[in-house]
Amino acid sequence: MSAPGSSCTEPGPPLWLLAELTYRCPLQCPYCSNPLDFARHGAELSTAEWIEVFRQARELGAAQLGFSGGEPLVRQDLSELIGAARGLGYYTNLITSGIGLSEARIAEFATAGLDHIQVSFQAADAELNDLLAGSGKAFARKLAMARAVKAQGYPMVLNFVTHRHNIDAIERIIELCLELEADYIELATCQFYGWAELNRAGLLPTRAQLERAERITNQWREKLAAQGHPCKLIFVTPDYYEERPKACMGGWASLFLDIAPDGTALPCHNARMLPVQFPNVREHSLRHIWYDSFGFNRFRGDDWLPEPCRSCDEKGRDFGGCRCQAFLLTGDAEATDPVCAKSAHHGLILDARRQAEEAPLGLERLVHRNARTSEIICRSRSE
Amino acid sequence: MSETTLNDIPQLRRGFRFQWEPAQNCHVLLYPEGMVKLNDSAAAILGQVDGDRSIAAIVAALRERFPESDGIEEDVLEFLEVARERSWIELH
Repeated sequence: MSAPGSSCTEPGPPLWLLAELTYRCPLQCPYCSNPLDFARHGAELSTAEWIEVFRQARELGAAQLGFSGGEPLVRQDLSELIGAARGLGYYTNLITSGIGLSEARIAEFATAGLDHIQVSFQAADAELNDLLAGSGKAFARKLAMARAVKAQGYPMVLNFVTHRHNIDAIERIIELCLELEADYIELATCQFYGWAELNRAGLLPTRAQLERAERITNQWREKLAAQGHPCKLIFVTPDYYEERPKACMGGWASLFLDIAPDGTALPCHNARMLPVQFPNVREHSLRHIWYDSFGFNRFRGDDWLPEPCRSCDEKGRDFGGCRCQAFLLTGDAEATDPVCAKSAHHGLILDARRQAEEAPLGLERLVHRNARTSEIICRSRSE
Repeated sequence: MSETTLNDIPQLRRGFRFQWEPAQNCHVLLYPEGMVKLNDSAAAILGQVDGDRSIAAIVAALRERFPESDGIEEDVLEFLEVARERSWIELH
């Protein structure tokens, strides 16, 4: 089947496979990127089903594999999955909160062939970290596990999702990461999907907060470069302070393949919110899914683009922006991403910025991500 | 930083992996959450980096493999300097 409304040439291979092994997680971060209705999703793929996904994706050309979730450590077969993936030639990345990790498991994963561990933190101090994570001893555990990861010689990425309540401590965050000997520090300002979108009024930083954080990050980059320090700082600005949309995922279904816990295949981990039918690995081969399925071809190429994108000379750069953001903000998955100043809906972004200045919500108003709340959301939506 | 010399022994840093990818029809360098496609000359040089061989030995091996090519020593030194700046390799 050719793409609906697309005249593009054959897409390249999926180079990146993200395996969302589970939506289960011991933490309750209010900006979780899992779907709001995660509690209602179907049974997780079995060990054998996951390994078959890895095999097929590797055959298509995927080289990077991320084990993610939820918290991937809750899967008791994680070592086996790592071993199988490494045996197929993947570069294997474990993306974890650190909760559920132990020195023994870190060693077991090394034996299985794990290449890298990314540990996420919620803040640079215990009180705020544990408040955001909704878990009493998370911070102490994360510190211990980050140290253990480095002690066992792994390369380590430390990831901080930043927002209005922790971004002013950016200097302390960077210092903590350096103390923990991170090889890469990701300072990713919250993007507003899933639970983060639900909590946007309590998370979006002000422009002044963001600019200060970026300035301090740049100062640290210069300082580290001058020292010949190998640590790299990655700063992700939120779309809400841009005037042009991002080239989401490098283009719809062009590089990235996400498999949700129940086997649903997605071009990005947020895409299942879209009014698009996505295929499941239990029913179709990955080759069919990547090249031929309706869902993966839905926004490939540029024939589907609306105005003002269609006649815009920047369409080859940003492909009309993010489909999920367009859908969340306008109710129309084909609309121009409202982040773009040329969008008729850009006022929604300006309103959100104004709210961050004038009427933000406090920390105590954040809705934590957990199964109980997810059930309530499902119920209220079905009524 | 000191200058790269022929006696230095380059080694990929832990977490970096060099491998052939049939789907991309090229060698790549893989690292945490990232991948660089390598052109033929970069791949020929990195393919010689084993943590054992000095830069001089790598140059000699490449001269033997590509007897027609000029400027191999300069190319190797230049590439390994860039690789070090990007923290792909360390020199011993």
